[in-house]
Amino acid sequence: MAYDLIVIGTGPGGYVCAIRAAQLGLKTAVVEKSDSYGGTCLNIGCIPSKALLHASELFEEAGHSFAKMGIGVPAPTLDLKTMLQFKQDAIDGNVKGVDFLFKKNKIEGFKGAGRIAGPGKVEVKGADGKTQTLETKSIVIATGSDVARLKGITIDEKRVVSSTGALTLPEVPKHLLVIGAGVIGLELGSVWRRLGAKVTVVEFLDGVLPGMDGEVRRQAQRLFEKQGMTFKLSSKVTGVDTSGKTLKATVEPAKGEGKAETIEADVVLVSTGRVPFTDGLGLKEAGVKLDERGRVIVDHYYATNVPGIWAIGDVIAGPMLAHKAEDEGVAVAEILVGQAGHVNYDVIPAVVYTMPEIASVGKSEEELKAANVAYNTGKFPFTANGRAKANQQTDGFVKILADAKTDRVLGVHIIGSDAGNMIAEAAIAMEFGASAEDIARTCHAHPTLPEAVKEAALAVAKRAIHM
Amino acid sequence: MTDIRVPTLGESVTEATVGKWFKQPGDAVAVDEPLVELETDKVTLEVPAPAAGVLGEIAAKNGETVGVGAILGSIKDGAGAAVKAGTATGAPQGRPDVKQATTAPINAAEEEPAPRKPEPAKPAAPSAMPAPPSVRKLAAESGVDPASVQGSGVRGQVSKGDMMAAIERAASAPTPVSAPVQMRAPSAPDDASREERVKMTRLRQTIARRLKDAQNTAALLTTYNEVDMSAVMHMRSQYKDLFEKRHGVKLGFMSFFTRACIQALKEVPEVNAEIDGTDIVFKNYYHIGVAVGTDRGLVVPVVRDADNLSLAGIEKAISALGKKARDGQLKIEDMQGGTFTISNGGVYGSLMSMPIINAPQSGILGMHKIQERPVVVGGKIEIRPMMYLALTYDHRVVDGQGAVTFLVRVKENLEDPARIVLDL
Repeated sequence: MAYDLIVIGTGPGGYVCAIRAAQLGLKTAVVEKSDSYGGTCLNIGCIPSKALLHASELFEEAGHSFAKMGIGVPAPTLDLKTMLQFKQDAIDGNVKGVDFLFKKNKIEGFKGAGRIAGPGKVEVKGADGKTQTLETKSIVIATGSDVARLKGITIDEKRVVSSTGALTLPEVPKHLLVIGAGVIGLELGSVWRRLGAKVTVVEFLDGVLPGMDGEVRRQAQRLFEKQGMTFKLSSKVTGVDTSGKTLKATVEPAKGEGKAETIEADVVLVSTGRVPFTDGLGLKEAGVKLDERGRVIVDHYYATNVPGIWAIGDVIAGPMLAHKAEDEGVAVAEILVGQAGHVNYDVIPAVVYTMPEIASVGKSEEELKAANVAYNTGKFPFTANGRAKANQQTDGFVKILADAKTDRVLGVHIIGSDAGNMIAEAAIAMEFGASAEDIARTCHAHPTLPEAVKEAALAVAKRAIHM
Repeated sequence: MTDIRVPTLGESVTEATVGKWFKQPGDAVAVDEPLVELETDKVTLEVPAPAAGVLGEIAAKNGETVGVGAILGSIKDGAGAAVKAGTATGAPQGRPDVKQATTAPINAAEEEPAPRKPEPAKPAAPSAMPAPPSVRKLAAESGVDPASVQGSGVRGQVSKGDMMAAIERAASAPTPVSAPVQMRAPSAPDDASREERVKMTRLRQTIARRLKDAQNTAALLTTYNEVDMSAVMHMRSQYKDLFEKRHGVKLGFMSFFTRACIQALKEVPEVNAEIDGTDIVFKNYYHIGVAVGTDRGLVVPVVRDADNLSLAGIEKAISALGKKARDGQLKIEDMQGGTFTISNGGVYGSLMSMPIINAPQSGILGMHKIQERPVVVGGKIEIRPMMYLALTYDHRVVDGQGAVTFLVRVKENLEDPARIVLDL
């Protein structure tokens, strides 16, 4: 049975690519090595973490914010097993959804480890060890990424965990030590803090959320510290002693000499990043080139150096974000049928689903300064937004960066309760090359949080009304 | 669906007023059939249908101002209509070899995937997307039409930056588009009731603006001389019938004046030149503008390469242009490219006057009424048909000696037409 396209991996990049290809008339099949479709995102990443974040957020609100609203409830008790089932329901629902979409689009699924066996050939080895070889015209590698390991630390997913284990801890740790103050570390750290853990975050660099706008990062750290998280910046963990009842982590300064200290914890979460995953694909034999970080090298059309083999998502360069992988999946499917598939990397939003949320799209102030671009800034705090005040969720601000000459919006940064949703407006505006004035002159409903975006846009021209 | 767009209107003409629509929505139209009239500063022209079909909705109504390239309406392609609405999406085609990849076996010889060239910002067709709010505000305040601005957006949309740049360009252009300032003190009530306020026609506004521009730019001086027209008049009376019979056009004075001026322009080339910034552009061609009064105002059609035309050729050309002018059929091209202008105030009875230069030219000859006057010839008083000649010139490029010499040479050529024949 010959296919037009086989996609190896069914995370957001892979399954979206397959569906788009099917829509465009390609006979498509997918290969998935785990039991369920959906990849890291649906099974051990985006979806389960969001479910836990939502549940733990409400748990915290019930315990801390209800009283002042006149809602009298006794201190909420945590039934972790049920909360984890709530999370599992989210996973199951989404995975079933992908199942359904594959059937709807007549995409055949093969469960097993995929390997490129030759030009146009993909060998699938099932759990029972049996192999079958599929023939195809094109192959898209969408095998995603895996947890980055730290030297000297072994992850057992029981006490020393990655995000995978952190999503299924059987009980709330008394002390959770998080290594890495990136998105995953802060999100999962927030979950367990709300559920009662003491959380300490060790970060190699001198600030949280490396890569994001500096002002946002500093504000975020302040807010998380107020919530009770402890940060040890410019530090590294060189080892974790698992011999005793509690874990003992050795923490040293990141650079130079200095005393090492020991931090005791019940669970250590290793969240120092992710690396591309290409194990068992047979790329070396197939002649597919990787870069020095193990990422598959592709050109602007997502084509590898081997004709007929393409790659998208976390396995190639670029931000490791599900929506970036999805857009690349669509682009490559369109390219395969001769259309002009394209991804605009300048307008890819990034969201941190803590509370408050943090979201940004476009350039940070640091990036603009480094590129010598003259820009104006418009900032508007949620303390001045009517809706935020009504809900008493006034942490954070909206910041818009616009070109000093043309007023074109170059970057938008939001820290606030609904930042993840609010950033969509900014992405649309930037996709259409809007100026800050255009956003300011678009009517925004009152009373909503996006009015803060409008006011920040007015602030670029130094004429905010509500500040 | 085929869009009907405002065509190129001519050098420096960026907008027009929509006049009469000859067809209504729902009417069948043939390809090239005139659909609507557009009035510009210089001419009125008709927009032909780009395709056959049925006229759809009219986007620009009578009286509206439209810029070059703006959409006037659309035609639903009818039977036989060939052109599909060409919307340049600006998106490149996928690599051609990709199609082969999906139809041939993988191990067929295939080149290394070529790196994609960064797409240059393709100037997309003017977008049907509404302009952003900032652009609309700037358009209303500046008078610059966004439809006339090249949009830099990938969808062809005009951004705030594009608009700001266009406004800057318009402001630095010599003739800025600005609303006239009406600052007249109010008349006494008794007088005010006896006043009638009439808006200046577009043509008159343009004439007014260009006159002031010419005055404000050039250093205008006028030098005078007089010419004894008896030789020319004698020639005319002797040959006019034969001339008209042979050439089908009357033998007038303009052909003589044109040839005389060309002789003088060849000798004093600065009068045929033009200032451009810090350069003087000398033109080695002679396109003579002949001012014609019409009921709509003064227009100056141009006789191109008049130095290559015989007297008959010049008369024919002027006659044809004059008819076109009176019929309102002059095209933009008929009035462009002139190097020197001749204006005849004499037809209205003027004895002596100072014409204004037709910018960006550097000289204009004013002809006047031929009047019999006593003059001294060879020590005796004679009655001769005399005409005063005026040359208004741009002193930045033409000096006094040149101007006077020019006029003297014109006089000599008219008083002794043999010089024209002998190219003196």
